[in-house]
Amino acid sequence: MALLILRRLVQTALILLGVAAITFLLLYALPADPARMIAGRSATAQTVANIRRELGLDQPLLVQFWTYLQGIVHGDLGRSYAQKTDVGSLIAARIPATLLLMAAGILVEVVLGLTLGIIAALRRGGAVDRVVMMASFVGVSAPQFVVALLLLYVFAVMLGWFPMSGFGTPAHVVLPAATLGILGAGWYARMVRSAMIDVLNQDYVRTARAKGLSSARIILRHALPNAMLPIIAMIGIDIGQFMGGVVVVEAVYGWPGIGQLAWQAIQQVDIPIIMGVTLVSALAIVLGNLIADIIAPLIDPRIRAR
Amino acid sequence: MFKSWLRNTTMATVLALTPLPSFAQDTPQQGGDIIVTYKDDIATLDPAIGYDWVNWSMIKSLYSRLMDYEPGTANLIPSLAETFGVSDDGLTYTFKLRKGVKFTNGREVVASDVKYSIERAVNPKTQGPGAGFFGSIKGYEDVTGGKTTTLEGIAAPDDSTVIFHLSRPDATFLHVLAINFASVVPHEAVEAAGGDFGKKPVGSGTFVLKDWTIGQHLVFERNPDYFVKNMPYIDKFTVEVGQEPLVALLRLQKGEVDIAGDGIPPAKFLEIKNSADGPKMIVDGQQLQTGYITLNTKVKPLDNLKVRQALNMAINKDRITRILNGRATAANQPLPPLMPGYDKSFTGYAYDVEKAKALLAEAGFPTGFETVLYSTNTDPQPRIAQAIQQDLAAVGVKAEVRALAQANVIAAGGTEGEAPMIWSGGMAWIADFPDPSNFYGPILGCSGAVPGGWNWSWYCNQDIDKRAVAADSMSDPAKVAERSATWGKIFTDIMADAPWIPLINERRVVAKSLRMGGADNIYIDPTRVINYDAIYVKQ
Amino acid sequence: MRVLKAMLRQPSALFGLIVVVVVVAMAIAAPLIAPYSPDNQMFDGLTLEGAPMPPSEQFLLGTDTLGRDLFSRLLFGARTSLVIGLVANGIAVAIGLFIGILSGYLRGFVGGLLMRFTDLMMAFPALLLAIVLAALLRPSLWIVAMVIALVNWVQVARIVYTETRGLVERDFILAERSLGAGHFRILFMHILPHLMPTAIVWGTLGIATTVLLEATLSFLGIGVQPPQPSWGNIIFESQSYFQAAPWLVFFPGAIILLTALSFNLVGDALRDILDPTQRGRG
Repeated sequence: MALLILRRLVQTALILLGVAAITFLLLYALPADPARMIAGRSATAQTVANIRRELGLDQPLLVQFWTYLQGIVHGDLGRSYAQKTDVGSLIAARIPATLLLMAAGILVEVVLGLTLGIIAALRRGGAVDRVVMMASFVGVSAPQFVVALLLLYVFAVMLGWFPMSGFGTPAHVVLPAATLGILGAGWYARMVRSAMIDVLNQDYVRTARAKGLSSARIILRHALPNAMLPIIAMIGIDIGQFMGGVVVVEAVYGWPGIGQLAWQAIQQVDIPIIMGVTLVSALAIVLGNLIADIIAPLIDPRIRAR
Repeated sequence: MFKSWLRNTTMATVLALTPLPSFAQDTPQQGGDIIVTYKDDIATLDPAIGYDWVNWSMIKSLYSRLMDYEPGTANLIPSLAETFGVSDDGLTYTFKLRKGVKFTNGREVVASDVKYSIERAVNPKTQGPGAGFFGSIKGYEDVTGGKTTTLEGIAAPDDSTVIFHLSRPDATFLHVLAINFASVVPHEAVEAAGGDFGKKPVGSGTFVLKDWTIGQHLVFERNPDYFVKNMPYIDKFTVEVGQEPLVALLRLQKGEVDIAGDGIPPAKFLEIKNSADGPKMIVDGQQLQTGYITLNTKVKPLDNLKVRQALNMAINKDRITRILNGRATAANQPLPPLMPGYDKSFTGYAYDVEKAKALLAEAGFPTGFETVLYSTNTDPQPRIAQAIQQDLAAVGVKAEVRALAQANVIAAGGTEGEAPMIWSGGMAWIADFPDPSNFYGPILGCSGAVPGGWNWSWYCNQDIDKRAVAADSMSDPAKVAERSATWGKIFTDIMADAPWIPLINERRVVAKSLRMGGADNIYIDPTRVINYDAIYVKQ
Repeated sequence: MRVLKAMLRQPSALFGLIVVVVVVAMAIAAPLIAPYSPDNQMFDGLTLEGAPMPPSEQFLLGTDTLGRDLFSRLLFGARTSLVIGLVANGIAVAIGLFIGILSGYLRGFVGGLLMRFTDLMMAFPALLLAIVLAALLRPSLWIVAMVIALVNWVQVARIVYTETRGLVERDFILAERSLGAGHFRILFMHILPHLMPTAIVWGTLGIATTVLLEATLSFLGIGVQPPQPSWGNIIFESQSYFQAAPWLVFFPGAIILLTALSFNLVGDALRDILDPTQRGRG
């Protein structure tokens, strides 16, 4: 077991190295010049050259990358070009908000998706199933921006139930999480339904049913654990998407997450921040997958057997 | 030896100290907390580094400088300086500092702080964008070249005297001392912040930064020791960041926000303008801005003067101002109307499709040609680019629109032979200080027509360049009007070469809550956007 | 033919099929149907204050913020959006299925390597990847389709991988293997059919997301370049007008929704018909 974990850790490090290398290479190939962006409109060519030298941008690619890697090993993500501040502290300041939105959003998605998916699977072919599936289609087909604005307009502007924007109280998290949850739950509902139907049709479940086990017991003991596999994989994917930033939702609700930081940095070609955000989200995704891979055998004994 | 400006300047000071002139409808009140919103997080509050239009006005209020402007106008007044004089040859400026001015850390501001602050702004290690403004100070090249860190041309013989020695006459020098990069900072606070001064600012301005929660809000409170009595008016302003302009507007209508800093999105403008409270909520004012299309003089067929002139006649500017809901006026020359030197009598190239076609035929393109028009990709710029595209199509010029991220457009503009035409929207030239010279060097002069430069027309007219240098040497205060006229002629003469299509002068539109007081030009101050020192809350 | 017949028997599938056919037909016939040129910015298409015009007899669905006829733009936009939706999504599902099955079935060194590569690709924020590609490549319809495919395949691969792993452990696969069936036979005769529901679910749902992703890319400047219309950039050009000119958001939004819904209904019906484990069980 320890050996397995060690192996996964080494793999994780390698993935992060790969992500860092590819991102660095792509950013290096960008036509935009960060020194030029910092220098602004009135700067003389000499000022630009000075800034470029001070940032180390006149060094060869490999030297820059090596310097960057050395920093990372010491836990230093570098300094923002535009803000002249430690990237680590900028990201750290936004992580709590991102994690909170991620957790709340996934919670809404899973609860909503699981409930609807199970109901639809049990009532397969019936009217309830059709309504649920239609709703899930509508959910996943709706443009995020429009839904976010609609919820904001109805529940914050017209009804005044929730604050329009900001961060801090539990009320603030409701609308952003609901937006993400409503849009994302359709995926879960469909995956759950499809996995449940698959399982319900399998011989061992039929046997269980034939033996007279109650529906609730069948669902909890047999069907649900199997449906959990794709759900865990979905959560892994969601962690990735949320850590990379849900720019639109964050922007509409003024949510101080990583997405806003990344978006601003991309506009300003602030390479250290882009690198930092990419690596942090990469780390989160890899960890998410790792956890999914560890949990899967616990739920499905047949995987453990191998 | 010194031509004394004492008389003029004391007059100006008196003007600045009296409560705001007659344009304010009611008298400013002390007190009040307000909330201001912006979409983007504040990048930095370090005056040597900050250079965007959002932090510009905050830095203005956190620090003080030797010179400043009368609120709402472009009139220079001494600020940290009590008096100053300039030598006849225009090469020596002497300033006497106000006594008893304190940084918010409690220490008195002395002459060596002025010297330190400017040297810091010029020092390449600071990585500041503003170094070039101080190019006329003696010893500038030695500092930017890394030979030394002290500017030979700044002397502080005693605690209250600063003397500048210039290497060439510079008529804009007093403006230079009023821009943010010349803000005075205490060296001990800079050193204590250990490279994070932009997040832990210390100055001697009207406000103090009390709290900064990254990604959420900044709280500014009045500086009780500010050296002008009864300034500022409000006690506190909180800047909430990360707020989508549309949401900020909705909150403002609900009374949760006092100033929507990013202005009114086009979708909301007509609704608010036509609402009952609209006129009281909208501040609509001219700014020192010109939106233009660059015509790359080094790319075929735009290297042909007749083609450039024809394109100037092809654009229906009135239709574009209509797309912007009338929030802009058509332009015909590089300078905006508020800028000294603007030529009211100049008419430029009138909209005339037939004449444009005839000129194109004369130039050898009777059926037009294909080209590329770059634009940034944030609304409404791609829409304006499409309007331009349709006008060009009407004279046979097929322009492919390439709407890209701003950084990529800037990169394309600064690469020789890359971008035939660029619509400047979203990056348009807004003056750093209210002087016509600011519209020449980087964007139309030969010095800007280099790789990585901002002269995207790659226009370089040696003759005009010489006239520009001559105009900038006219530093005698008595010749201000003559100098402005000289500059005005330079810009209208440039239009004969047609390196630009001057398109529109966009007006700035700000939305404020009903309780906010102060004249319009305080919210659209020509030198600092929102003047936090002069706004007030009506009771 | 059997599939078609089965579909015609289900009302919801029939509805979806009809909408899809109508949308495709209208896209193909756009030049014949459209009352105006989609790019024509008409002077009388804006009010005197410069606001877009609401739906009227002259402009069936109103005009956009540049005074262009929205109906004509939606017709031509359908071409762009459908091409991107079909091409991009097809490529994404094909790649995802291939990589997912291989890595889930092979495991070992090759499987691990493929999965780590998938993890690596998944670790990239899609937005960043898109912008970087935008800067490097010249934005066009086909580039947009490629970028979407590059971003989307990873998710499919991950799901397929997880399901394959579950399948490999199932009794009937183990039984096949003990009977001496080859890898090829197991992969294509037994595992692939079981993955078809997943592929179809993703293939259909993916069309909706692809259209939306295309909109986001248009918004970022890497999308289809103006003035060529796509449903995505029509919405994004007017997104802030949802109060002032609701038709600019509502009509394209409704059409995206309806089209996506229809593809979903068709896909759902296909799933019921094609899935061997489902057939005959209702």
